[in-house]
Amino acid sequence: MTAQTTAIPPMPPAGPSASRRPTARTDHRHRASHPATFLIPAFLILGVFFFLPTIFNFVYALTDWSSFKSEIGFVGLQNIQDLISSGTLLSSLRITLVYAVLVAIFQNLFGLLLALLLERDTKINRFARVMFFIPVVMSALAAGYVFQAILKPDGAANAILSALSGQPVTIPWLGDTTWTLVVVALIHSWKWMGLSMLIYLAGLKTISEDVLEAARLDGASAWTMFRDIRFPLLAPALTFNVATALLGSMNGFDIVQATTGGGPARTTELLNIFIFRTFGQGLFAQATTMSLVLFVVVVALAFPVIRTLRKREEVL
Amino acid sequence: MNTTRHGVWRRIQPVAAILAVVLLIGMPLWIVVVTAGKTQGEALNPDLSLPTTWQYAENFAAVWEQGRVPAAFFGSLLVMVPAVIGVLALGSLASWVLARRSSRRMAVLYALAISGIVLPPAVVTVVLLLRQLGLAGTAIGMIGVYMGMYMSTVIFFVTGFIRTIPMELEEAARVDGAGPLRVFGKIILPLLAPVLSTATILICLYVWNDVFYAFFVVGGRLDTLPLNLFQVASAGLYLENWHLIFAYVVLMSLPLLVVFIVAQRKIISGITSGAVK
Repeated sequence: MTAQTTAIPPMPPAGPSASRRPTARTDHRHRASHPATFLIPAFLILGVFFFLPTIFNFVYALTDWSSFKSEIGFVGLQNIQDLISSGTLLSSLRITLVYAVLVAIFQNLFGLLLALLLERDTKINRFARVMFFIPVVMSALAAGYVFQAILKPDGAANAILSALSGQPVTIPWLGDTTWTLVVVALIHSWKWMGLSMLIYLAGLKTISEDVLEAARLDGASAWTMFRDIRFPLLAPALTFNVATALLGSMNGFDIVQATTGGGPARTTELLNIFIFRTFGQGLFAQATTMSLVLFVVVVALAFPVIRTLRKREEVL
Repeated sequence: MNTTRHGVWRRIQPVAAILAVVLLIGMPLWIVVVTAGKTQGEALNPDLSLPTTWQYAENFAAVWEQGRVPAAFFGSLLVMVPAVIGVLALGSLASWVLARRSSRRMAVLYALAISGIVLPPAVVTVVLLLRQLGLAGTAIGMIGVYMGMYMSTVIFFVTGFIRTIPMELEEAARVDGAGPLRVFGKIILPLLAPVLSTATILICLYVWNDVFYAFFVVGGRLDTLPLNLFQVASAGLYLENWHLIFAYVVLMSLPLLVVFIVAQRKIISGITSGAVK
């Protein structure tokens, strides 16, 4: 993605679910008609361009590979020790996780609010949905530059606030060591909220009108209906949206690079920004080590999160 | 009382919807469009005002030249088209076998094949690998990297879809003596149109807009639209030249935006039908 450069995990398509899954006993019958050789091209691509570099990650994180010398020597855990002792590893990790959680919250909140606002199939709502999908189609880098222009100290945001309040407003939206991370997470969520909105809209469509009608007859208020019926039934959409938002923001790069470049004082330096910066400086082994850290963190987080969310669906 | 509240909401909702569009989408896009038509001095602090003199022609001509737009456009196409066609073709072929066979070994292979949905690509070491393969900085290397990154998505989408297609359809063709490749090409592939179009949309979006992976693999060697936007904006050449940055953004976004507006109904229904079961 853009910032969301990793593929979002789609759910299996709608339809009669897995009705024709062959059993193990019939497998031999399929051997001739569905030859395993058909797997070779896809696995060759996966193996060479995806798995092999991943294995390299574990190897070259233990070396002093850099642009400054031609040989690559083994240094053991030196890289990871350096990154820990300089504090870079923990700070980048913390920033990435905070960013990911903020994006997951904001993107889902905005997406859900938009879906509820634009739920009915009117002409205006259909138009609004298309408009909110435009940022999703745009390049994230471009979106980042747009907000850099709007949020710079003498940019449009402060000008509008000054006009509204009648006094000069000079908020350093992108220059605050504490709050800029939140601002950038909001921009990331703005870019992707249209996608979350669509997923929630599709989820809302699957809720049967009878259930809602019955609740309405029982005198349930709109809020009770949302809390007790519609929101729980949106669980599959929530799973999808939270998982994609987390994965997309952990792999985030474009929007942060275009707005702050990791600043001020590296307070928005995500793991991918660090990797990009150190790679540009020729410190390939450090960049590899951080790439390995990202890999380990995503593996450690993604699977439990997806499992927990899935469990919530099963309770229903 | 419930019904009156309902009635009030029905009257307020269209106003709220339009207000949300204008404030959240209209204003940022408006700033892009008007700033792209301003002179450098006027564009120094991008705002909502109209340019005193419109100079789209001059700005577009300037970025066309300095941002190497034609080269970048064809560079983007050169990478995206083969990557998308390749990943869909090879992914579908593998998905068919993974969907129809069910031994334990196939289950393991399937898990391995879709693991790339979650795992982040090893962006630094892929550069080293491409160098060893003699593909560093080439379009072929970039195509391979994108195919590797999105193969898992395609296999996940398509395998789930094929499992909903009845076996009888292909068995009839097999009785007539058609070989596996023929059965796949004549029977299965045409039925995959809906799922393949959804996958095409998503992967095109990601590849067309990608700058992170492109920087590592082909940065400085091949022009692509996002890469050139990034280079000119960060090289200082366009610093504070918001009129040119935004002119570039307009030029770069137009192709995808036109495709999206023309096919929006299909795109939106394609994405939503694939996402929520």
